Amino acid sequence: MSNNNSYLSNYFHRNGRALGSIGYFVLLMVIFLIGAPEAWIRPNLHQSVFVMMPTLIFLTIPLVFLVASGEIDLSFASTYAVAAYVFALLVKNGVDPAICLVLGIFTGAAIGALVGTLIVVFRLSSLVASLGVLFLLRGVILLLSNSRSITIMEVENHWIYPLLVGNFYGFPMQIFWAAIFVIFCYYFFNKHVFGIHIQHVGDNSVSAEQMGINVNAVKIKAFMFVGIGSAIGGIFTTMITYTFFPTQGFGYLLLALAAVFVGGTPYWGGLGTIIGAVFGVGIIAYMEIGIIAIGWSGEWRQFFNGLIILLALLGHRLHGERVR
Amino acid sequence: MENIIELDNVTKRFGGITALNKASLKVTRGEVVGLIGDNGAGKSTLIKTLVGVYSPDEGDILIRGKKVNAWNALKARESGIETVFQDRALTPQQSIVKNIFMGKELRYPFGFIKEKEQIFEANRLIREIGFTSKLINAESPVGNLSGGERQGVAIARAIYNKAELIVLDEPTNNLSLNETQKVFDFVLNVKKSNRSVLFIGHNIYHVYDISDRFVILDRGEVVHQLNKNEISTPEELMKIMRDTIGAH
Repeated sequence: MSNNNSYLSNYFHRNGRALGSIGYFVLLMVIFLIGAPEAWIRPNLHQSVFVMMPTLIFLTIPLVFLVASGEIDLSFASTYAVAAYVFALLVKNGVDPAICLVLGIFTGAAIGALVGTLIVVFRLSSLVASLGVLFLLRGVILLLSNSRSITIMEVENHWIYPLLVGNFYGFPMQIFWAAIFVIFCYYFFNKHVFGIHIQHVGDNSVSAEQMGINVNAVKIKAFMFVGIGSAIGGIFTTMITYTFFPTQGFGYLLLALAAVFVGGTPYWGGLGTIIGAVFGVGIIAYMEIGIIAIGWSGEWRQFFNGLIILLALLGHRLHGERVR
Repeated sequence: MENIIELDNVTKRFGGITALNKASLKVTRGEVVGLIGDNGAGKSTLIKTLVGVYSPDEGDILIRGKKVNAWNALKARESGIETVFQDRALTPQQSIVKNIFMGKELRYPFGFIKEKEQIFEANRLIREIGFTSKLINAESPVGNLSGGERQGVAIARAIYNKAELIVLDEPTNNLSLNETQKVFDFVLNVKKSNRSVLFIGHNIYHVYDISDRFVILDRGEVVHQLNKNEISTPEELMKIMRDTIGAH
């Protein structure tokens, strides 16, 4: 019996936060279903959500790693556009889109490494420093692109288009890739040295250092991973819409951050949940689209986004404060 | 009995200050040595020299009877000397198993972790060291443990790292009576497994209870060494301490 108790209590310690955000998601669905059953039954509501979700997943899940390591990054919303710009510009200049994809992702990783190194080496506040980089990179993009968008219809004829963002018997391929990404990240976070070291570093970096973990390297890698995720998100969106536009990604800044925290990853580091974050993304995406779908005006959207963040935080409080 | 480590006339200076002056100390297999001395007596310097954080300016360090040159932290760990730091170097939100394997995870190729083997090994270690509560297993978060139990996790990690000698730096600081007893039980289990412990503390009663031998340090010098069977109460130890300290 007591063995059962310890098993249950350990289970809740590990999964309580993820279960919490699954709970909110279910609650939200029930409210939509009761509030606007006819809108909820229409398949195009869910289709719109599923178009939005993959991009948000590529942005949000790597942020879980970074937040668990005890840092934060806001610059990802601009990295997203820089990588998309590199991709679109190269495609426009006749480079093979597969190579452009690799170079775009490489750009994201490089920006992440630079931001991470800047913050770790000079011991800057990651919140403030990445806010600076967010504006700086956006400025660079606006200057380089002359505030003009780039249309890349030609990408449709290349083999990577159907593979990455095409329709497979009506099923959007980007959902498939986002699902692969989630599964990979689940194991990467929970069963891989990278994720485990991130959790130790975010929990108590002095202890981690004493036990031989290279704290700075772990944090820089986490920043790089955020850069890679942002690049994938930006390039996928550019391919889906055939267009790079210079303000691209800005709208995702607060949504992705909200999804991390609504998803049950605490802000203080050491803990994180990938499954929770997926449902966090679900909640945010359904809020964005659902409010309109049930016939309310768009003005309500921000109001409810704010409300759900606060309610989620209060709910996650039930899983307790930080243990020291 | 085999000497795990021997410090022979070790001197350590910082600038003009002699922190250790011709200190000699040995720890044999399976014994618990209590290191006592006032604040500033040089306990900290002695420990740091022992575990290789400092290398001695003069004198020799012998591991299992053999002299070692260019003594450092890596050589100390390779020789089976593990320190349990005062703050224990734990990450409280993580599980016991993650803490025991922190930085030394058992890995498959590409860095994925052998989770089942780690959990099995961690459960074996915490039972060996004396965790009896059925409410605690390898997957319990360290943050749910008491101070004494956390010390136990740190000791279990030292054993996993193949420690022959575990240096416990003030392990009973800020612990209740009950928790102190737990730490003593862990130490006795370490001794039973034929490993050695160097126990540093400023509570004479704690040191007296757990140690087989006492080393008294004052102003950087080892001023007295005695076996527990030479005395019969902690008060006697205290008297010897008073008589030796400041008398030389």
